[in-house]
Amino acid sequence: MFAIATARKNRPMHALWFHLPAASAAFLASMVEAVEAFTIILAVSVVRGPRPALLGAGTALALLVALVLALGPLLARVPLHLVQALVGTLLLLFGLRWLRKAMLRALGRVALHDEAMAYQKSTSALQQDTALAGTTADWIAGIAAFKAMALEGLEVVFIVIAVGAGGRGALLAASLGAGLACLIVLAVGLALHAPLSKVPENALKYGVGVMLSSFGLFWLIEGLGGTWPLGDATIVLLMVSFLAISGALVAWLRPPAASAAGSGS
Amino acid sequence: MKLLRLIAAEIFGLFVDDGSLALAVLAACLGLALLLAAGLPPAWAGPLGFVELILILAENLFRTVHRPKS
Repeated sequence: MFAIATARKNRPMHALWFHLPAASAAFLASMVEAVEAFTIILAVSVVRGPRPALLGAGTALALLVALVLALGPLLARVPLHLVQALVGTLLLLFGLRWLRKAMLRALGRVALHDEAMAYQKSTSALQQDTALAGTTADWIAGIAAFKAMALEGLEVVFIVIAVGAGGRGALLAASLGAGLACLIVLAVGLALHAPLSKVPENALKYGVGVMLSSFGLFWLIEGLGGTWPLGDATIVLLMVSFLAISGALVAWLRPPAASAAGSGS
Repeated sequence: MKLLRLIAAEIFGLFVDDGSLALAVLAACLGLALLLAAGLPPAWAGPLGFVELILILAENLFRTVHRPKS
């Protein structure tokens, strides 16, 4: 992260047209991850009280901060092109996985994600586990909160580093986007004290898959020594192209019955 | 230890859901690197990579959609 930020600091900080996609991608992706983490932490809090939920989530957050602080300086020792190629490849694997799943959801091949159902499942699983655990019930609940925060948080850290690979400005914009999304989810979640099932997660995941795939291809080509005729503006063109072609693929692959039903809605 | 193994498996799962898609994407990345090293004009790499990825995604979706539901 720091290698990229340092080596590409000649990219103008005021290039907002480039930083907006990075901030938006980090914001939307972090919102999805934060909603999923909040659901499990809320379930822990409801089943066993706020203490194990806060301890588990807080420990995971500290671990993530330590991870970023430890890996940041190490990344600075890796040649820039290698970092770009690696980040680009990982981002493509990550983004295309999200995009594929979102397209399969749009095609009716994969069930839509339901946060209320996820909350109910987490709550009943925790109730079963902690009922059998006796004195270690809080420990089990804390581990559940830790796991949710660590895994979803790790995804947020990866996304911020990856889409922020455009220099200090982009990294700052991505960090701000991610931080804002987490704060919004936390504030709304605490106010409602319920899983955020109204957030259109499936549409968000489709959009995030498109954005991350675009950033991934962009960094991969730059890392391998290729060039983009339109420079940084290509990111937006890639997003529009991925969105249009994936939409056309969904329309083409949609079964006739689903097409008829879909056209009526 | 069990928790660490679980976390490692979850991290692997972040990048790999359908193994054939992940392998095809990695092969496409490697192919692009080899083509550029072999003298492909740098401006062609981006459009070629985009077409490769769209074909991989389309083939994977086509295969998944036409596979009987288990």
